[in-house]
Amino acid sequence: MPDSLPLQSEFKVNPADNQTGYKSFQAGSFQFSRDEYFAHISWPGGQHTIPADSFMRSLMRDVAWGFFYGTVNFDPVFGTTNYYGEVDMFAGATNEAYKAVGRDYTERFKAEDLMQIFKEMVSDWTNEGYDPFAAPMETGQAWGVKNGDNDEAVTRQRVTAKRMVGLPGDTPLRSDESGYPVNRMFADVDQGEPEVHVEPGFENEVSGYNLFAYLSRSDVTWNPSVCSVVQESLFCPTSEEFTLPVEHGNDRCEWFCQLSDEIIWDIKDGNTGRNRAKVLMRAGDIACMPADIRHQGFSNKRSMLLVWENGSPKIPELIREGKAPNVAVKF
Amino acid sequence: MSQYETVFGAIDDFKTGGVIAIDDDPKNYVFSNVYEVAAKSAPWERVAVGKNFEYVIEAMRAEGTSAWYSCAHDEFALNMDDREVTVELLKLDDPDSLVDQESEGGHKLAGEPAGRKMGWVKLRRGHMALLPVGSAYRFVAEAPACVLIQTIQGPETIERWADICQSVPMSA
Repeated sequence: MPDSLPLQSEFKVNPADNQTGYKSFQAGSFQFSRDEYFAHISWPGGQHTIPADSFMRSLMRDVAWGFFYGTVNFDPVFGTTNYYGEVDMFAGATNEAYKAVGRDYTERFKAEDLMQIFKEMVSDWTNEGYDPFAAPMETGQAWGVKNGDNDEAVTRQRVTAKRMVGLPGDTPLRSDESGYPVNRMFADVDQGEPEVHVEPGFENEVSGYNLFAYLSRSDVTWNPSVCSVVQESLFCPTSEEFTLPVEHGNDRCEWFCQLSDEIIWDIKDGNTGRNRAKVLMRAGDIACMPADIRHQGFSNKRSMLLVWENGSPKIPELIREGKAPNVAVKF
Repeated sequence: MSQYETVFGAIDDFKTGGVIAIDDDPKNYVFSNVYEVAAKSAPWERVAVGKNFEYVIEAMRAEGTSAWYSCAHDEFALNMDDREVTVELLKLDDPDSLVDQESEGGHKLAGEPAGRKMGWVKLRRGHMALLPVGSAYRFVAEAPACVLIQTIQGPETIERWADICQSVPMSA
């Protein structure tokens, strides 16, 4: 973590604008406002504009993921970097042009403080009928003046199984009855559950479930959920459609296994944003995103992706010491 | 009929993508295909296709009846193929005598271990089963299938990265 940045403690929620109906927000020296089409961000010496739909999808992930691992680039200019307890908010810090002329700007916050203002922002800036978690063809529009809200959608809890989905007392399976219909693009996915025969007394240990059916019923996109756990090894499968809203610059190696269909990943350098590669992943392909890149995925047909994370608490310390590897395997 | 067709792979029917390098080494992405790895493996070989510190994902070619295995921690099996694979489970009478409880990864057992039948799970494509700590398990597959194991690197884990991973750029 870069040193010597003071923790910001000034936060402000301003009254709704007379014309747009949206509140504006302040965190440290960063100011946020939105109008019918755009989110506007300003900071000492700079300002930036992001289309409202793109900003809301990114903000929603940053909130839902608890700032996630490493850097969440909303776009090539604005984003956050997680230091697990503290968070940097930046403009231009991962942009080669801003850095080269010294126009980048960063402030540091307590994670819980910044999260609170982000949650208020995502709640106020989401209109009735719009769901920033949903694929664009499955939701209303982000545009326009303030018109109601959709707190039910923006306060979803990320699924985190303790051992495995479907075990007694753990995360339940999804069904029509529980409000999770099969997605239109997965209508052909077999919904049959595995045949399980349990001898008396082993009901908590002999268990299986249909992961692909579970994913076919996901009501969100680009939102990995923990489904099975081996110590700190977390299988976090997710369903993907359209684009990953953010360019994710993970601070650790992150594995992807494509379970169905196809995703194209755009890979850029984590620090500069320079293009490094494209990775085309088809069903059965498995690859590791290096720890020094940022990635953004594109999935035309809704697809199933297994995101494999290592949630070990030793990794942030290794990152701080510069001992975490950028590449998972050398051969 | 569905407007959309969901494309899955199979051990005998898969199409791989790859790394199209712009300014990078494709080896950095440790890119392989789990069906291809299983297709080229001997039955029950557990080949690492993902590794993150001590944790691994193993791709296994299921074919016939496997040996019995045990482990000092939970593992999970995910059938990636549309061919049935059955997991049989035994509660071991004395797990400590078979596997060091401080050890990691799956361990192959000699013969049939002593224990009580716990039950079985029949897995088809996309089905996942818990391989619980303190048990022994074996797989039965009448036809070859690709199974992924979520586990920790252990004595059964085979590493052959140079053989399975893309090492030269894919053409755009």
